[in-house]
Amino acid sequence: MYKMASELETMTETRKPKMLAENVNVFYGTNHAVKGITLDLHQDEVTALIGPSGCGKSTFLRCLNRMNDTVASCRVEGRITLDGEDIYASRIDVVQLRARVGMVFQKPNPFPKSIYDNVAYGPRIHGLAQTRTDLDEIVSTALEKAGLWNEVKDRLESPGTALSGGQQQRLCIARAIAVNPEVILMDEPCSALDPIATAKVEALIDELKGRYAIAIVTHSMQQAARVSQKTAFFHMGDLVEHGDTTEIFTAPKQERTRDYITGRFG
Amino acid sequence: MTSSAIFLFLVMLALGSFVFARQKALAGAGGDPAKLHSLPRHYGYFAATCVLLPGLFAFGIWVIFGNSIIEGLILSGVPDRVFEQNGDQATLVLNRIRLAVENPNSPETDPDILAAAAKFQAIYLKGIWAAFVLSISLGLVGLYVAVNRTKPDFRARNKFERVVLITLGMSSVIAIATTLGIVASLLFESLRFFQEVSIAEFVFGLHWSPQTALRADQVASAGAFGAVPLFAGTLLISFIAMLVAGPIGLLAAIYLTQYASQRMRKIAKPMLEVLAGVPTVVYGFFAALTVAPLFRDMGITLGLDIASESALAAGIVMGIMIIPFVSSLSDDAITAVPKSLKDGSLALGATPSETIKQVVLPAALPGIVGAFLLAISRAVGETMIVVMAAGMQPNLTANPFEAVTTVTVQIVALLTGDQEFDSAKTLSAFALGLALFVSTMVLNVIALKIVRKYREVYD
Repeated sequence: MYKMASELETMTETRKPKMLAENVNVFYGTNHAVKGITLDLHQDEVTALIGPSGCGKSTFLRCLNRMNDTVASCRVEGRITLDGEDIYASRIDVVQLRARVGMVFQKPNPFPKSIYDNVAYGPRIHGLAQTRTDLDEIVSTALEKAGLWNEVKDRLESPGTALSGGQQQRLCIARAIAVNPEVILMDEPCSALDPIATAKVEALIDELKGRYAIAIVTHSMQQAARVSQKTAFFHMGDLVEHGDTTEIFTAPKQERTRDYITGRFG
Repeated sequence: MTSSAIFLFLVMLALGSFVFARQKALAGAGGDPAKLHSLPRHYGYFAATCVLLPGLFAFGIWVIFGNSIIEGLILSGVPDRVFEQNGDQATLVLNRIRLAVENPNSPETDPDILAAAAKFQAIYLKGIWAAFVLSISLGLVGLYVAVNRTKPDFRARNKFERVVLITLGMSSVIAIATTLGIVASLLFESLRFFQEVSIAEFVFGLHWSPQTALRADQVASAGAFGAVPLFAGTLLISFIAMLVAGPIGLLAAIYLTQYASQRMRKIAKPMLEVLAGVPTVVYGFFAALTVAPLFRDMGITLGLDIASESALAAGIVMGIMIIPFVSSLSDDAITAVPKSLKDGSLALGATPSETIKQVVLPAALPGIVGAFLLAISRAVGETMIVVMAAGMQPNLTANPFEAVTTVTVQIVALLTGDQEFDSAKTLSAFALGLALFVSTMVLNVIALKIVRKYREVYD
């Protein structure tokens, strides 16, 4: 195992990955959904996970913050580390893990609360603010980082569900940022949005790059090309190819990757 | 020849016309169903309907009005002397005639009555034959019309579908009409009650004692019709019931939807719903024979004075009865909260308990409130448990250890046994019924409004 990790380090660049998945297998009952995947996420990079539907990319993403724990039939094998620490170790508190590894979902899912309370939800739970002023500060910073502040600063008390789809998704990103995570996982964050809202979210991902290690699952290859530095191509539960985005899109090494990128299947 | 024979005959005629029309339609198309506008059986259905509807109409008229027509004919033949003997009561005369008809060895000696009895049988036979001939001939007319129209291009399916549609519509009208009829009867009888007792006394009066003098010379009280103690008792018991059912039902729903394993859920949910299937009278004797004495004995140990029929026992058992109401409706409301909301909260590092308290329950709150309101209206209308366990005394008290009585219990008490129908005592039952109906209806409407509003949020 150790050897594999060191190999990977030399394979990419010689720096410590933020998250490292080694030989990860996921089973839904008897269905082998993710097969022996080894992948690293870095602090200052956006990694795009692409592949046809049902290829296991979302399942893999949900292993990284142990959201698969909520699915009763799901079993995860292999080793996933965050800063070198096994996140499936028994002494790891899944609640703290999820505070460090945030997630944005496919469909915007703001809570039926006010915009302010949506963003303040995480900080309140984790006790990040001592006073109301601190909390105000955290909320406004998160909304600013998510590029939503100017649109909502005058109506923080109106319900989050009343925003447009794109605004809701940026609210969900703000909600994730407010907890001050180290990694942000995005599961097709733009698939329910129109092109203008998509452009805004993509611009936001670009802004966030560098502060957080970001992994984004996407069906749109243009999106992967636009926002990511690294791309991983999944097919039938296998990680077919993983490397620099420009390389994957211009000179893929594997035939399956080339076929997918040129639109021959998927 | 009896009435049921007419009915049987009609049904057989209809079956026969079904087969006949079906065959005729097929024959008309030269045996090729594809040349018919509708399927062969639709011609059969149409013919059967054409026979049954007019036939049943005539039969129905006989069933509903036949008796009174015959009685009218009989009574018109009875001399006035007999009426005078029986205090001008037509029903008494009729009863004597009927007894003479049913029992040939009856001690009836009045020759006029005996003559009427003999006439009765003859008239009855004539009547039933008339009904038979009328309904069968109407059926045959229907058959003739249907068979005449049975041609390949006749739109039998559309005609028959219209009949089906009208039948469906009538069925729903019956439900609505029944409700309206009940409300109207409650309303009119209540109006009669309020002519004798003022509305103000009924609504604000603190004393309930419905005994009224039957005769002018009786030394009975004039009766007191203040409904406040009854409604107070109802509220007290419902409140105790909700204290039991609310928390237990809600917590059970939370456990079953959020924490229980699939297996546990599969076992526990049907078990809870079995609780809803227990007849209330069983709960009633459980309350009266087990719970109430238990509380009384516990009261003695604790130095409390608990009556052997207490609001507490009835309320707690009623609470147990409505647990499945609360839990299953709350379960639905909680399950309807999208999983994405729960995932969103968990992904922020919230614990399952924080997620339930801060995201799932607030999102399900309207549905839960609706569940509670429906449960309350059920508790308010419940009768059997309180009749058996809460006692009959119209006490105006907030002390759950005393016996109280409820609106429903008093209605039962007022209408059982020998009653004079137009006394204020009996009529007050209708006023109580009306008040109860209005209050539970208001509760139900509010509950349904809330539930519906909630549904709009996520669908």
